[in-house]
Amino acid sequence: MIGSAVLYALGGVALFGMGLYALLAYPNLLRKILGMNVMGTGAFTILIAAAYRGSDAAPDPVPHALVITGIVVSVCATGLALSLAVRIQAVTGAAYLTPDEEDAP
Amino acid sequence: MTWENSLPLLIVLTSLIPGAIIFFLREAAHGVRTVLNLVGAFSKLVLIAIMIGGLQAGVTYETRLPLLPNFDLVLRSDSLSVLFVILSASLWLVTTIYAIGYLEESPNRSRFFGFFSLCVSATMGIALAGNLITLLIFYEFLTICTYPLVVHRGTEKALRGGRTYLVYTLIGGVLLLVAVIWLHAVVGAVEFMDGGVLNGVAQSQPALFSLLYVMFVAAFGVKAALVPLHGWLPRAMVAPAPVSALLHAVAVVKAGAFGIVRITYDLYGIAVANQLGVLTPLLLITCLTIVVGSLFAIFQDDLKKRLAYSTVSQVSYIILGVALFGPIGSIGGLLHLVHQGVMKITLFFGAGNLAETLGIHKVSEMDGVGRRMPLTMAAFTVGALGMIGVPPTAGFISKWYLGSGALAANESWVIGVLVLSSLLNAAYFLPILYRAWFKEQQAPWPEEHDFGGRLETHWTLLMPPVVTGLFALLLGIVPYILRSLVEVIILKEYIG
Amino acid sequence: MTTVLPLIIVVPILAAVGAFVLPRWSFPVALVGSLATVGLAVALAIEATATGAVRHTIGGWRAPLGIDLVLDGLALVMVLLTALIGLAITLYGRGYFGRAAPETEKGRQAVYFWALWMFLWAALNALFLSGDVFNLYVTLELLGFSAVALTALADKPNVLKAAMRYLIVSLSGSLMYLTGVAFLYGGFGVLDIAQLSSLTRETPALAVAAALMTAGLAMKTALFPLHFWLPPAHANAAAPVSALLSALVVKGSFYILLRLWLEVLYPLAGTFVPQVISLLGVGAIVWGSLQAIRQTRLKLLIAYSTVAQLGYLFVLIPILALERDNTLVLGGVICFVLAHASAKAAAFLSAGNILQALNDDKLSKLDGLMRALPLTVTAFGLAGLSLVALPPSGGFVAKWLMLDVAISRGYWGLTVVIVGGGLLAAVYVMRVMGRLFKQAAQPEVLSALKPVPRVMEFSAFGLALLAIGLGFAGVYVLRLLEIGARAVAGGG
Repeated sequence: MIGSAVLYALGGVALFGMGLYALLAYPNLLRKILGMNVMGTGAFTILIAAAYRGSDAAPDPVPHALVITGIVVSVCATGLALSLAVRIQAVTGAAYLTPDEEDAP
Repeated sequence: MTWENSLPLLIVLTSLIPGAIIFFLREAAHGVRTVLNLVGAFSKLVLIAIMIGGLQAGVTYETRLPLLPNFDLVLRSDSLSVLFVILSASLWLVTTIYAIGYLEESPNRSRFFGFFSLCVSATMGIALAGNLITLLIFYEFLTICTYPLVVHRGTEKALRGGRTYLVYTLIGGVLLLVAVIWLHAVVGAVEFMDGGVLNGVAQSQPALFSLLYVMFVAAFGVKAALVPLHGWLPRAMVAPAPVSALLHAVAVVKAGAFGIVRITYDLYGIAVANQLGVLTPLLLITCLTIVVGSLFAIFQDDLKKRLAYSTVSQVSYIILGVALFGPIGSIGGLLHLVHQGVMKITLFFGAGNLAETLGIHKVSEMDGVGRRMPLTMAAFTVGALGMIGVPPTAGFISKWYLGSGALAANESWVIGVLVLSSLLNAAYFLPILYRAWFKEQQAPWPEEHDFGGRLETHWTLLMPPVVTGLFALLLGIVPYILRSLVEVIILKEYIG
Repeated sequence: MTTVLPLIIVVPILAAVGAFVLPRWSFPVALVGSLATVGLAVALAIEATATGAVRHTIGGWRAPLGIDLVLDGLALVMVLLTALIGLAITLYGRGYFGRAAPETEKGRQAVYFWALWMFLWAALNALFLSGDVFNLYVTLELLGFSAVALTALADKPNVLKAAMRYLIVSLSGSLMYLTGVAFLYGGFGVLDIAQLSSLTRETPALAVAAALMTAGLAMKTALFPLHFWLPPAHANAAAPVSALLSALVVKGSFYILLRLWLEVLYPLAGTFVPQVISLLGVGAIVWGSLQAIRQTRLKLLIAYSTVAQLGYLFVLIPILALERDNTLVLGGVICFVLAHASAKAAAFLSAGNILQALNDDKLSKLDGLMRALPLTVTAFGLAGLSLVALPPSGGFVAKWLMLDVAISRGYWGLTVVIVGGGLLAAVYVMRVMGRLFKQAAQPEVLSALKPVPRVMEFSAFGLALLAIGLGFAGVYVLRLLEIGARAVAGGG
């Protein structure tokens, strides 16, 4: 029988994989950024699953603290990625990672 | 730091520091550069004189700097290093004077003299190296410093020559690196000692130590231009004449030969090398090199190329002395280390003078040049006769000892090689002398350069070959001075 | 308890904030911040050599929720390296960005550069000093963000795309690392490295954590074949940023990888994972060198050289995990880190000078530059010596140690790779040097060169001298590494 902690952890792994797939498969930058967020959520879910200490005991608080920190980091990352994507769209006209052109270094 | 443990380092630094300063001088700072060069060269000679005095009083001079755990940078004075140090330092002084005259009007002089000084520092380091890692470091350092000199002119041809030089020497360097570390992995940290340090351990693993010996000889053989590793030398001839003198007589080729001497005598020990049976293949290779080098030389019309192939052949005499087991042959080899340097540098100075004064680069352009430049050609003649081995030149002494050594080592066929080589030497040098002295001038000189004054060329160009030519004669007429030093070294190597 | 330890993180952060809020004063603020950080690094070195390793609990908050800073020999060497290279880059940046007013485009870039660079320095110091695996994650992200933002400074299409690729790789790498942290915590219940060190054994949780963390960090360190993002980012960034990325930033993620295998993942030393890393290192040396030889632009050549040189860092990981107490093996790797960092920074700064003078870095345009920019070309040449590992140089000492490890254990394949990599490096360095020594094909190009500020030439030259000087510092580096080697017990 699968315990709920393992279920959570497996869910996290699945989310991580889906996010990674999106990151690699979609050319559109916005989708890539969303994929990264899904990946992050997967990692957080695995961390939360690690907090499970049996049905009677209170969960371990440490992973929760870590996840909160992680979410803050992830928000920053998303912000940076979005602003870069906006610049790329402004400069190249499309939010895609097209092959490099021969411009002066 | 005391005198005893700083002197070897100072001998290296007397050219390293001037070299480093010279890089930062303006091109026009002719006076400062000359003063720096000469002060460095003279103070080096003074320090060497002090070191010789101390050695005779039984003092050992040793500089030791920690490099890595178990690995120190060791510079130490012993008789063998003194021999090489005297040779290089004196020839460097002469070559510097020559280079000042030769290059003072061409571009990039600061760069040239900077690297020139670094080369000599590297050679001093090779001579004084007390262990393998020190030898390796300075050996590679020499490679680096000579490259810019070989490509000095910056032409396509010079760059190609430099590239060939680097390909050969870097591969040789890598071989040396692996051999050194491998040896350390087997026997731990070892330092050079008279009579060698591998007695016992080498015989217990003969295959491994023979392989290592082959690696060492191949690594040093690249710079010593042993056939078939000699390909870089003729191609490096594009360099200016003082560089050729440096490559052939003072530093590079000599460093290779010296490395083989060091490895055989002071690492393995000549007796151990003999027991391993590695001397016979070495003997065969040197004989092959002697003959092949001379054969190639005959067919070169380019004067410097002819001299280059002559070097290939002559440097192997030194290693021949090593490969002949027995003190007499060894004495011949070490004597030739000095003799070849003095004679070959005279020849290159001569060739440089012909090129610089009259624009002569080819043997076929030399008809009647003896009358136009008698002093230069007189010096050149002494060098050439020395290479053939005509008495009373220094070359005769070397060949005499090598021949006697071959008899003593029961390798009498080597005498045949020596005779053949002398004939070949005559075959490529005598026509030059004949053209220069006995033929009439056929055509105007290709590119005559007037230095003014009454001398046949500028005095800084004329003085060096005359001095070294006289030395080549002196070493042949009064061989005792040098021989007594060499005998001391060889005695220690055989008695241990 | 010492108070200097947190300051070495706080001071550069303050400088970053100062440079940002006082745009007119951004350089002076950054210069003061740099000098102070260098001073603090020296103070830490003196303290640690006198008293041994240092452990500091920030604000008295104990682990697992508090933050512990640990300074041992390894961390100290990295902090010192960052200080030396950092100072040179600050000086170089002054010449590079000049005195443009903050309202201009160049001035705007300068303000961002100073703020982000100080921030990056703080992130590096925090990373080296972190005592637990989660804080390492946070510092890794901070490092990645500042590096990406610095890359994107130039605001040209290729640069922005390179920065975006870099960000994506960096983030996915960090997230893999974080997932690994989750498995470590799930498996062993602690985050502190010293505590983990005594708890870990060969379990499935450790194996999964090892795979995730190693893969993530290898990606961020641009280990072949995950290196694709590095050359465009490193080659297109501004010169001081290129130097930072190649010299220091990739070393940050490698440092974590190294620590993990030394102290946490070592029970897996006998498995195939470290062998795979080592093989990929070999692949990096071969592939990176061959690509470097093929390049036609100087900065791309240097960037591919980084890909190759990073490979050397990984080849000894299996031996390192097996022989954790052998300072000579660790010494070989760390000497390589130091040598590569200083030589590569010098190379990128020299390339920046050439780019500044020529407005181009195509190899075919470099003929005869030795005459025009002797100091810069000499700097590049000396850096090249160290990259080829010719003596005397830091690269030589590192290769000597690595070859010693390989040969004395009879790893002949590794020996061939290390030696062959050096020869390949000689080929690509000579492709550049040969041209620099050549007679100028177009003398008119040389006379039309733009002037290069002296400070830029001298900072590149200084770093090159550092790369050479490291050739004489091997003994001292090894002595520093001995400080508190794994002796700092968990303080929590």
